[in-house]
Amino acid sequence: MTPPFGMPLELFTIFLALALLAGFVGLNGLVLVYLERKVAGHIQRRPGPFEVGPHGLLQPLADAVKLVGKQLITPRCADKWLFWTAPIISFAPVFVLFLPIPFGPMLTAMELDLGLLLILAFAGINVLALCLAGWSSENKWSLLGAARAVAQSVAYEIPLLLAVLAIAFQYGSLNLSTIVSGQGAWPWQWNVMVQPVAFFIYFVCALAETNRAPFDLPEAESELTAGFHTEYSGMGFGIFFLAEYANMIVVCSVATVLFLGGWNGPAAPGVWWFLAKVYLLLLVMMWFRWTYPRVRFDQLLNLSWKWLLPLALINLLVTLVLVKL
Amino acid sequence: MTMIREFGKALQGLWSLAIGLGVTFRAFVRPQVTVHYPRATVDDANLRTFHGHVELVGKDDQSAVPRCISCGMCAMNCPSACLTVVKQKPPKPTPEQKTAMEEAEARGEKVKKPAAPKDPARFSYDFSLCSLCGTCVESCPADSLRFSNEIYQAGFDRKDFHFDLLARLRGQAESRSGRTPNPDPSSNPKTDKGGK
Repeated sequence: MTPPFGMPLELFTIFLALALLAGFVGLNGLVLVYLERKVAGHIQRRPGPFEVGPHGLLQPLADAVKLVGKQLITPRCADKWLFWTAPIISFAPVFVLFLPIPFGPMLTAMELDLGLLLILAFAGINVLALCLAGWSSENKWSLLGAARAVAQSVAYEIPLLLAVLAIAFQYGSLNLSTIVSGQGAWPWQWNVMVQPVAFFIYFVCALAETNRAPFDLPEAESELTAGFHTEYSGMGFGIFFLAEYANMIVVCSVATVLFLGGWNGPAAPGVWWFLAKVYLLLLVMMWFRWTYPRVRFDQLLNLSWKWLLPLALINLLVTLVLVKL
Repeated sequence: MTMIREFGKALQGLWSLAIGLGVTFRAFVRPQVTVHYPRATVDDANLRTFHGHVELVGKDDQSAVPRCISCGMCAMNCPSACLTVVKQKPPKPTPEQKTAMEEAEARGEKVKKPAAPKDPARFSYDFSLCSLCGTCVESCPADSLRFSNEIYQAGFDRKDFHFDLLARLRGQAESRSGRTPNPDPSSNPKTDKGGK
């Protein structure tokens, strides 16, 4: 088979996948913004956006236009280069994160034996972006936000890794496609039934890693006005925002792959099952956000170091023993 | 032992989180309670419980005349001094009555001067000062004050909220008696511009 433009086939598929992923991430940003506002509205028993377009459907588009149209301001004493590199650093790894995720039986951008490792490694870069953004803004709220982001991310990365490691040990593989095909079509054949503790730890850590409520301390709009992105205007903030939503999809996708059987499902396995599960998890995340108040910082760290970390270690040890038996 | 207690507390905490999720999920599936204002308005059953600014209550037989006896209790008890009640003056006797009264006085009889009508000459209300505490409503001996159901209050000026409650009562009586076929809330004379 001769691929177009004399490119190797692998490279061509990756480029195609990246273009599709860019569209997917952008579209998802719009859908999730709308969905979040609607979920918030219904939980508070009000309609949510309703005026722009049928049932307010065009509201996220109007928001996006407004956000793009705003002036970009650099604070006077800010480190200009770092200040504008930070949003790019926060958004760039998102594409890498999506590469090894198997959306469907044939829909994987890049089949990697170390897919899980790649995701975990690149997911950490987001912290660097928040740190840079907070540091370069020359603003104490931003700096505090960045400090909290780093402490939080370091704290929750470890139980998350340990929870994921239990699954990797169970399958003896870091290839996401292998893990998906190891699970059956029906819910009781999924890993969430075998490893409920790992799923619990993973989901709590995923909430914290994506800075979602109740763990949204880095941006804490009531205490730190907006945390690390206090000084960002227009699309500077917009990119952070988009990256946060993209990261939400990534963590939910990984949860789907590892614990909920990926694209496996009764009747007709395929990408629709995958997307349905991802969106279900996203809805749960939004449901959490509009239910729980923000935790205090010491509670946040206590939860991670005192509870999730020992729990994850015990879970890992039990898994090891059972695998070796 | 402390460890077991800590575990118990943690499980309790988790359970309370689940209960919280249940509460918000029930709210999620219940129908919304707000109305899409310009297209729909709040229905009368819900309006009845709304406590808006205060208004005068008309007499049972004459709805345009307030029950008010101009005693001034409301204005006296109002903590924010937003009510002004002005009593009516007694009517000037006609020349015939005057002569009749003088004659009677000359005969040594006890003269009964004409009494002032009890309802007020002016009853103005500054809603921009009112804290809706309801002390006036409670203290009125004639039950002549109540909270209105007026929720669509908007204005461009502070003066838009200086109400002439007598004019408002007359307008309400008119629209109720059907003299204006389409009672439009905006046509109700509710402001006393220029102290009229």
